[in-house]
Amino acid sequence: MSGYLVRRFLQSIVVIILVSLVTFALLHLLPGGPARAILGPRATAVQLQRFTAQNGYDRPLFVQFGLWFNQLLHGNLGYSYHLNENVNTLIVDRLPKTLVLMGLSIGVALIIAVPLGIYQARKRNTVGDYILTGFSFVFYAMPSFLLGLLLIIVFSFELPWFSPEAPQSDSLSEILANVNALVLPVTTLALITIAAFSRYTRSSVMENLTQDYVRTAAANGATDGRIIRVHVLRNALIPVVTLLGLSLPALFAGALIVESVFNYPGMGFLFWQEAIVRDYPVLLGVTLVVAVATVVGSLLADIAYAVLDPRVKYT
Amino acid sequence: MSLTPPFPEHAGALSGPIGPVAGPLEGTAAAAQQDTPPRSLWRLGMQVFLANRLAIIGLVVVVLFLLFCFVGPLVHHTEQIRTDLAQANQPPGAGHLLGTDDVGYDELGRLMVGGQSSLEIGIAAAVMATIIGTLWGAIAGYLGGAVDALMMRVVDTLLAIPGLFLLLLLVAIFTPSVGLLIVVIAFGAWLGPARLVRGETLSLRTREYVQAARMMGGGNRRAILRHITPNAIGTIVVNATFQVADAILTVAALSFLGLGVPPPHADWGNMLSDGTAFTQNGYWWMILPPGLAIVLIVVAFNFLGDALRDAFEVRLRRR
Repeated sequence: MSGYLVRRFLQSIVVIILVSLVTFALLHLLPGGPARAILGPRATAVQLQRFTAQNGYDRPLFVQFGLWFNQLLHGNLGYSYHLNENVNTLIVDRLPKTLVLMGLSIGVALIIAVPLGIYQARKRNTVGDYILTGFSFVFYAMPSFLLGLLLIIVFSFELPWFSPEAPQSDSLSEILANVNALVLPVTTLALITIAAFSRYTRSSVMENLTQDYVRTAAANGATDGRIIRVHVLRNALIPVVTLLGLSLPALFAGALIVESVFNYPGMGFLFWQEAIVRDYPVLLGVTLVVAVATVVGSLLADIAYAVLDPRVKYT
Repeated sequence: MSLTPPFPEHAGALSGPIGPVAGPLEGTAAAAQQDTPPRSLWRLGMQVFLANRLAIIGLVVVVLFLLFCFVGPLVHHTEQIRTDLAQANQPPGAGHLLGTDDVGYDELGRLMVGGQSSLEIGIAAAVMATIIGTLWGAIAGYLGGAVDALMMRVVDTLLAIPGLFLLLLLVAIFTPSVGLLIVVIAFGAWLGPARLVRGETLSLRTREYVQAARMMGGGNRRAILRHITPNAIGTIVVNATFQVADAILTVAALSFLGLGVPPPHADWGNMLSDGTAFTQNGYWWMILPPGLAIVLIVVAFNFLGDALRDAFEVRLRRR
């Protein structure tokens, strides 16, 4: 297994290097090159030329890539001319807020989705199962921005229970303290996640219920509840761990939209704002960070899978 | 474990003159198919599909939306280019069945025109992504070795960048237009079918009929286009259906974020985003109709996809 993990790890590093190559290529795809992107449409040819020469954008591409990649390895993601700040500083400031939003939502989603999935698997093809399946179909098809809007309309305008806007604060502890304002954003992201997770748990539990060990346990006199709790659950949740790792990209995308609906000061909101004004250094920096997080997430999911399920043989 | 579908032309041909002749060809693909005659398989697939109530609902909803969006404007004439501020923010009533938006466009008419962009972009992007993904996956899986490794690393790399971020980045680099949106969404979506078809190809390439075609001197192109792709059509079509649903959601998200179809074009996403400004005023007619339209069409395509998967898996079930 260690051989497999080593190979998997090396593969991830290759993918990360390739991702940085792609982002670098995108920077050079820009119409007019980086100089035009940074100096804006009104810059004169002379200004463009001077900027290009000063910043080394006229050197061979592979030299530029080497320099840029070297900066990356030193943790320097570039400089935002629009916000007049280091991209690192911006991301270090915003990423934790996004991670908090995602973490809370995943937590809530798991607490609700797993029991729901088990219930649906045990009562499969009953009215209850059909109703829940219908709900998950609808939530799965519902764009997160629409869900967020509807929640705002119902739970903050019709019934004035929760704040329609996420906590507006620079400090993480103040954000966490403002529970009332966190409810709607977290609920939005959680509901969409629940739709996918409960479907997955349902089919995973159903698959395990047909296994021989379940029949054996039942023949030994174990009650239904005990079979689920002691035997089925730990087996059925293994693929859910993988799903967690694999749904990271979707969660980042979901967080971006939820952040823009609720004005949550996270990394997705930053990305959206800077996409509108075409602040490329921020866009590329965030893209790179999100991609690395995705690769690391799926690597961790694979490791967890290997650790949790001794039946799986890796060669 | 094949998803080999009943293929209409083949089905007709095999049940015709070739059917009886196929007997002596023991061990060939034709003989292997004899226990379940192809034509009835096709019919069985149709039966399974038609017996599925959700599939019928999905189909009806999709057809109704196509009529609504593309035929509707011929019946319900509205002004969707020039604004009419005197008529802005009208609630639903006699003159405007679904009211008007903040610049005086008739909401019902806008829903039709907006639906055109949403459906056109969604379907075109899904078709494009499916074609590229299928060819990419089939070529990688069929050729194998270093080519496969290289092609699939490309897919892995692009998959590592969460779709929405990649799309926003691309839309920020190039100025959005309907054509560009199709290309950009397809660029983010072809990775799924590429992986699926590659997996399918890995098992199909070892089949007797592919081997036979190769023995007889058929080239790689022939094997991929005439043998592998048609036999993976079940997987491809099912995936394409889900792709349409995903693409419609993606366009809506991009437009909602203000980086989708540029004005004066409308689509359901930017109608919603226009409506957001008025949530507090209770102008529900600016939010619910486009929102409902998105959910309905996406659920419909998901139903269709599920039903098609069941229909294509008929053969599996009968074993």
